[in-house]
Amino acid sequence: MKFVDEFRDADLGRVVATEILGAVEPGRHYKIMEVCGGHTHSIYKYGIDDLLPANVELVHGPGCPVCVIPMGRLDDGIAIARNPEVIFTCFGDMMRVPGSEGSLLEAKAEGADIRMVYSPLDALRIAKQNPDREVVFFAIGFETTAPSTALTLKRAKAEGVPNFSCVCNHVTIVPPLRALLDSPDLRLDGFVGPGHVSTVVGARPFQFIPADYGKPIVIAGFEPLDILQAIRMILAQLAERRCEVENQYTRVVPFEGNRRALEVMAEVFELRPHFEWRGLGFISQSGLRLSNAYADFDAELRFSAPGVRVADPKACQCGEVLKGVIKPWECKVFGTACTPERPIGTCMVSSEGACAAYYNFGRFAREREVV
Amino acid sequence: MTVRDEERILEIIETARSKKPKFREDRINMAHGAGGKSTQGLIEGLFVPAFGSPSLEALGDAGTFTVDGVDLALTTDSFVVRPLRFPGGSIGDLAVNGTVNDLAVAGARPLALSLSLVLEEGLAADDLRAEVDAIARAAQAAEVQIVAGDTKVVERGHADGMYACTAGVGRRDPRAQLSPAGLRPGDRVLLSGTVGEHGTAIMLARGEFELGAPIESDTRPLWPVVDALLEAAGPSLHAMRDATRGGVASVLNELARASGVAMLVREKAVPVHPAVAGASEILGIDPMYVANEGKLVAFVAPEEAERALAAMRAVPGCEEAADIGEVRGEPPGMVLVETSFGGKRVMDQLAGDPLPRIC
Repeated sequence: MKFVDEFRDADLGRVVATEILGAVEPGRHYKIMEVCGGHTHSIYKYGIDDLLPANVELVHGPGCPVCVIPMGRLDDGIAIARNPEVIFTCFGDMMRVPGSEGSLLEAKAEGADIRMVYSPLDALRIAKQNPDREVVFFAIGFETTAPSTALTLKRAKAEGVPNFSCVCNHVTIVPPLRALLDSPDLRLDGFVGPGHVSTVVGARPFQFIPADYGKPIVIAGFEPLDILQAIRMILAQLAERRCEVENQYTRVVPFEGNRRALEVMAEVFELRPHFEWRGLGFISQSGLRLSNAYADFDAELRFSAPGVRVADPKACQCGEVLKGVIKPWECKVFGTACTPERPIGTCMVSSEGACAAYYNFGRFAREREVV
Repeated sequence: MTVRDEERILEIIETARSKKPKFREDRINMAHGAGGKSTQGLIEGLFVPAFGSPSLEALGDAGTFTVDGVDLALTTDSFVVRPLRFPGGSIGDLAVNGTVNDLAVAGARPLALSLSLVLEEGLAADDLRAEVDAIARAAQAAEVQIVAGDTKVVERGHADGMYACTAGVGRRDPRAQLSPAGLRPGDRVLLSGTVGEHGTAIMLARGEFELGAPIESDTRPLWPVVDALLEAAGPSLHAMRDATRGGVASVLNELARASGVAMLVREKAVPVHPAVAGASEILGIDPMYVANEGKLVAFVAPEEAERALAAMRAVPGCEEAADIGEVRGEPPGMVLVETSFGGKRVMDQLAGDPLPRIC
């Protein structure tokens, strides 16, 4: 495939991997967080971990939009979905995420009309095809997906689709990063910056990371060579005692971001005072809700939902895992109360989460270190 | 904590993982039909303990038993595919090929089928005729007879046009010495052709994505290639599976568990039709997990592998057969992939249901 295969060239990958090996100081341990779930996915898919020296460790960050949805929000979604007049729509990977009393998949088996969609526009289409039903879209994601929800709501308003509404769980990437960086026990050396989010917000919002916290960040694309190159750039910054925002993904990410996408988001959404993250707790100004102009489409106002906060169990230490303070297996509930079948925290929900990956492949990963 | 503590936790995990899967949900959900962990929980947690026949406990594609010294194989399969017709085939083709292939990979030459149809009130007679034709043609191609049948009609709104169920009986070939637990370190993993066509064709035929690609289902009978493999490798052929729901990845995981071995697959060696690769890329799915309806995976002792591969490639429709990897001893129960980029990763069992009702 043109424009894709070039970034998956195994020979070039070996060249960059050798350069990385040359760039690390022996005896120093490097912890680099890839912020975005998309990067985690690529790292997993291409086995990039396996190409890095043993003393370069990748820490999977909080950027998996499905994993960070707290149980209470999911319970509210399920409560809305149980209304007989409602067709509840969501992305497929939301279906299995556990609420406090089961998942959307289980609610569907019990009779709720829950449908998987691939885009919010599909949900709007379902609303137009079923004028006698209420169609609710469960919106999730960072600044990457928020513009498409915003455009869908604009269209719903322009076309006057009264039976369409949205549960807005959109979140923003900077506040959780700041929360991680603010913790005194942070053990991270640098960040692989989120490529998709940056196509919308640009590189500028990440300048606080080197400026306020003295850590390098390199915004990266999602092909394996992109990620390896970003890691090499971070290691170069560390070796040269520089820290700045660098953009490896210049073929897609403009420094100033996408102005039109930001405008439509500003029109449709406003910041919530605070929003809860699974495993991370409440983070102020980290979530979006519909603005007053779009309040008519806010499913949280249209339907009554319990709105109960379901606390993460106290023993859950996702925050520490994300900060790189502890390894997954050092968490008190890892492998006992918290398993991939019955996850408690963010890191165990998705197969790409740090804890789930360790649960499934830990033995393999250890053997690799020995080799 | 010390290394010993980590070791202890890894042991807790492995004990939990090696426990028999349980069925503890309150209701059936779509994942129970997906061929992954939930399906396994249903089969090994409910059906097998309830019926408890040794043949069922072997968890093969077909049950085997002996009548008056004659070794037989019996299997059954239901077909609920939506839409009924799709590029490359229809529910009628699947109903025949799905069942004869379960017999074939159990080392049994398919002999006869039964056919049950559940029809929806209002189904167009022409649609039914077309499927009956398809069934007759597929049975002829697979050299089996339809020897019994049943028909039920249900009210409009049920059965999406039609459901089909076939049972098949076959005679076990004396050359076959197959067992899901028969894999040995060193065995080569042979694949009979390109992967992912059937699932991708169905996905595109549903029109949920605005995506067009010239992809046809690979539905076809597998006895000819099984016959060729048995002739070339005989007792060196240790096991076979047809890679339907859950794709090649699920087959490899099932057999790695059943034999207590590991596998290493080279992603680069797995043949994928360029249109399937393109569609998978756009949809974010891995063709190794996508269903096939005419592909098998065979595990052959290394000394006979080359002969076996040549024999497969000589069978029409299997020209792209490939050696995709090997069986290893460690770590048991785990399938590893060497990615096309050069890294290694684990190829796990499917957890969710990427695409319901593909067969």
